[in-house]
Amino acid sequence: MKNIKFLLLGVFFAIVLSKTQAISWYRFYEMFKFQSFHMYGIIGGAVVISAIIMQLFKSGKIKDINGNKITPKPKKKGTVRTLVGGTFFGLGWGISGACAAPIFVILGFKLVPALILLAGALLGAFIYGLLSKKLPH
Amino acid sequence: MDFILQPWPWYIGGPLIAISLFLYFYFGKNFGVSTNLETLCTMAGAGKVSDYFKKDWKERDFALLFVVGLIIGGFISSIYLIPNKAIDLNTTTIKELTDLGFSNVGNQYFPDEIFSKEVYSSIKGFLILLVSGIFVGFGTRYAGGCTSGHAITGLSSLQLPSLLAVIGFFIGGIIATWFIIPLIF
Repeated sequence: MKNIKFLLLGVFFAIVLSKTQAISWYRFYEMFKFQSFHMYGIIGGAVVISAIIMQLFKSGKIKDINGNKITPKPKKKGTVRTLVGGTFFGLGWGISGACAAPIFVILGFKLVPALILLAGALLGAFIYGLLSKKLPH
Repeated sequence: MDFILQPWPWYIGGPLIAISLFLYFYFGKNFGVSTNLETLCTMAGAGKVSDYFKKDWKERDFALLFVVGLIIGGFISSIYLIPNKAIDLNTTTIKELTDLGFSNVGNQYFPDEIFSKEVYSSIKGFLILLVSGIFVGFGTRYAGGCTSGHAITGLSSLQLPSLLAVIGFFIGGIIATWFIIPLIF
């Protein structure tokens, strides 16, 4: 099982999010209300350090485990899809306090509520798939 | 051991998230979480209804294992690593939420008003979770990424679509917390 490392990385990432309280409903509430620096420190720190890592990938100083150059996939372009889609995502995130990764982590904390959230998220992704050809991007 | 059981400060979180992103790319894959929502739809047979889901989910087995890891990590953290689940909140936040009718604000990770055990017997609680879940799932796939894929991977690799998506995340999050939460509580 060469992919077992991804499972271990998932465990690590979940512990990081849990221990830094980056899955707590209150932490996202206060972030969107600009009442605390905590989440800005976490996300900002992650972005700045990741930007340095990305430069090392780009320059070829760090290659992946197989010796290949690391290039992040270009994100899909489109002002409507990113702004409107982003706003929908933000609405759900602001109310539930859970974005994609935390939904899975929260299963370990609040099983039944997290299962309802997950069912909603799957339904939402399914609805997007059904409508994807009709929506403006 | 004491450090492990204490809450970790923000300045530990950023670097550890960056290390997670680094390892994900080092293992040869693109860091992100929300594509798994589509993969799970595919596994559940959504390809029968829409061509959008006609994909080979086995090509994303690594990402599904990451998700299994997230779930296991959540249980480990909840049961063993966080003896004290209180959140050190600003007094303004506590007062604001208490005034809205929230109880025991900040004494646990999740408010009972939304994450209650009785949620399946309360229509309101059930709908809040289900609808916000739908918004998260629909929004992230429409936008092409979530906090991991856009805010962290996309911003750090200086991609314009990710900046727009993060602006969208904040528009939505601000509407939700400043206007919708006071309305529904």
